[in-house]
Amino acid sequence: MTSPELGSTLAPAKKRPKAGIIAMVVVLVAAFGWLLMGNLDKNVVFFLTPNELLAKGTEGIDVPVRLGGQVKAGTVTWDAKALDLRFDIVDTDGKGTIHVQSKGAPPQMFRDGMGVVCEGRFGADSVFQSTMLIIKHSNEYRAPKAGEKPQEMYKSLMKGSGS
Amino acid sequence: MTRLLAVDALWFGLIVSVVGGIVAPIMIARGKRLGQWVTIAQAAVYANFAVVTVATLAMMWALARHDFSISYVAQVGSRATPLFYTIISLWGALEGSILFWAWVLALYSAAVVYTNRNRPGLLVPYASAVLLLIALFFHILLVGPANPLHLVSPIPLDGPGPNPLLQNHILMAVHPPLLYLGYVGMSVPFAFAAGAMLAGEVASDDWIRLTRRWTMLAWALLTAAVIAGMWWSYEVLGWGGYWAWDPVENASFIPWLTATAFLHSVIVQERRQMLKLWNVNLVVGTFVLTLLGTFLTRSGIISSVHAFTQGTIGFYFLTFIAVVLIGSLVMVAGNSEKFRSQGQLDAALSRETIFLLNNLLLTVLCFTVLIGTLFPLIAEAVRGVKVSVGEPFFNRMTLPVMVSLLFLMGIGPALPWKHGNMNDLKKKMIPGAIVAMILASIVIAFGSRSLYAVLAFAFAGFAATMNVQEFVIGARARQSAHRESFGTALVRLVKGNRRRYGGYVAHIGIIVSAFGIAASSAFRSEGEATLKPGETLTVGTVTARLKEVWGREEPQRSVIGATVELVRDGTVYATLSPRMNFYPTSQTPIPTPDVRSTPFGDTYMNLMAFQPDGSNATVKVILEPLVPWIWIGGGIICLGALLSAWPMKRVA
Repeated sequence: MTSPELGSTLAPAKKRPKAGIIAMVVVLVAAFGWLLMGNLDKNVVFFLTPNELLAKGTEGIDVPVRLGGQVKAGTVTWDAKALDLRFDIVDTDGKGTIHVQSKGAPPQMFRDGMGVVCEGRFGADSVFQSTMLIIKHSNEYRAPKAGEKPQEMYKSLMKGSGS
Repeated sequence: MTRLLAVDALWFGLIVSVVGGIVAPIMIARGKRLGQWVTIAQAAVYANFAVVTVATLAMMWALARHDFSISYVAQVGSRATPLFYTIISLWGALEGSILFWAWVLALYSAAVVYTNRNRPGLLVPYASAVLLLIALFFHILLVGPANPLHLVSPIPLDGPGPNPLLQNHILMAVHPPLLYLGYVGMSVPFAFAAGAMLAGEVASDDWIRLTRRWTMLAWALLTAAVIAGMWWSYEVLGWGGYWAWDPVENASFIPWLTATAFLHSVIVQERRQMLKLWNVNLVVGTFVLTLLGTFLTRSGIISSVHAFTQGTIGFYFLTFIAVVLIGSLVMVAGNSEKFRSQGQLDAALSRETIFLLNNLLLTVLCFTVLIGTLFPLIAEAVRGVKVSVGEPFFNRMTLPVMVSLLFLMGIGPALPWKHGNMNDLKKKMIPGAIVAMILASIVIAFGSRSLYAVLAFAFAGFAATMNVQEFVIGARARQSAHRESFGTALVRLVKGNRRRYGGYVAHIGIIVSAFGIAASSAFRSEGEATLKPGETLTVGTVTARLKEVWGREEPQRSVIGATVELVRDGTVYATLSPRMNFYPTSQTPIPTPDVRSTPFGDTYMNLMAFQPDGSNATVKVILEPLVPWIWIGGGIICLGALLSAWPMKRVA
């Protein structure tokens, strides 16, 4: 799409200097571009694994990150009253442990070894403050592994009041 | 049987599209037996509509009958899924949605040809040829990479059912068809623009009048689709929001912006003979952006660039986009002399100026959202990093533009064409300015310290007053001139110029939605707690008490729910039952939040987690003021568009 048309209609047909209008358009476009790029740079969220985040060193601190990895077995603690969830996240090959702290209830199917994505920031205190926690799953269907079957979660309730 | 019928119908449609979309326009251009080829092009449009309808009905029949020998049915069907969701799973996955798309396009094409069947000239024959060329593209997809009719052997006994997210809410029957009607509807203005250029009728401006009404229709449907999509996201996804600047959402919003710009700038062309080239560009741009949106959401490129290599459909879309762009460029260049503006801008203070600013801001908005949406692709291609663009980018870049547009929406209707008078404008602005100041003080008094929240309320109040005022001023003038009652005068005023007042009604709808959006984002409050039965959670003025956690088996899923009572002064005034649905094909449960709506706002409740023994449940309560007004505003917008676009009775 062309903007010259917009510019040319602003200019009267009688020969008033067009240079001023062109200069104005250039300045406006440049300012808009500068704003756009500046804001993009500040608000880009990186998709990283724990190992990649650690490798970034101080550059990885306090920037928005989507951290994808596995919940390390035996590290999950959940304080239901304070809604405080803590666990360690590692790369799928077991490298690069990072402590994660999250406010709010863990997703219903949350458990050891599960693939998760945490959105948040890595603090200078080496704890990743997660603002959003989602279970990583593909849209493709695969048979659930033992201990992963959702039925085991709600089986006992089905015998209860509802049925 | 069903499969063969559908396959034959689609192949026949392909042949018809080639005849009507390629052969006919060539013969018409050469001018031999003109009348005969014009008739053939018309007949091809009707024939295509007939065969695609047959194919679509055959697919619905196959879905309803669980004919798992057809690949698409085997992919999305399941004997346990209720019939309703089985049939609407026609648009639940790629191949079916392309078939549905082809049908909507065929429907539009037939409607365009039928409503213009007596119109002389070559504009409509060329436009129908362009529509058939677009149809040809979808026919190629349907016999190629998006073929829904492969034979499955051996025939499975049952299928997995549709994506659980798509069979969880009734709005799934509303949002996708509306979106297709809106998206595909943008092909019609494009076809008219291309037809006018091919027929050499761009200078006549007749095509722009035809185009305007069809754009209005498509725009209204797209608006309804975007708002229904927001509503679906709100009712199904469980996070209590309705817009996250997600690529799929942006894909529907970007062409909406250019279409909105066109609906305004086309008025300038009709009234002042200006912006002709710009308008053609907007029409072409809107169409290309719908294709780009489909490419982004259907090729899987957004979630990962690598998904691109798995399917070939993205390649087809990119090729088609390139063909459309190059073809349009050649046509526009060939007609450039005819796009000269005859009018010119007379004064800085005039309605034209406001329309120009409106177009400038909408273009900036469109470009911003487009860059934000495409940036992850660029970053991965160029720098090899996987990133996404966060919400703060979109909010910071778009909010200033959006509040400015609200302000302009108030100024525009108050200004006359050509030359405005500052003193008249000031006088007209007094009531709007008073409302704006009152609203701003209320918002500040309620504790909002966000500049954009205050501006959004102030400008929305200003614009609402200014648009309502136009009705009052007009009706008063009639009242004294014709000695009518105010009510009669108002009705006759609107009847006399439905186009203009329909536009103001649409403005009011946008403003009503804007109030809902501003209030629910500025004054949202939420709380989350793990409760044992009998325990309470208080958020703001709402106290919620967990009664029990329960389970229920349904044919296609297992449902776990929490019954939560809302209590005030010891009495229960409402009961909410947020649920979690476990589908056999999904490892994670799909939430069904429960919402209590009042005109003042919503109490939104979601079940976050539960103990398998039912001893406790974690619930989230979100209070969102004025949310229902977003959906009501959407209805008002459509009403305004209908009022504006409904065919007028021809006088003589």
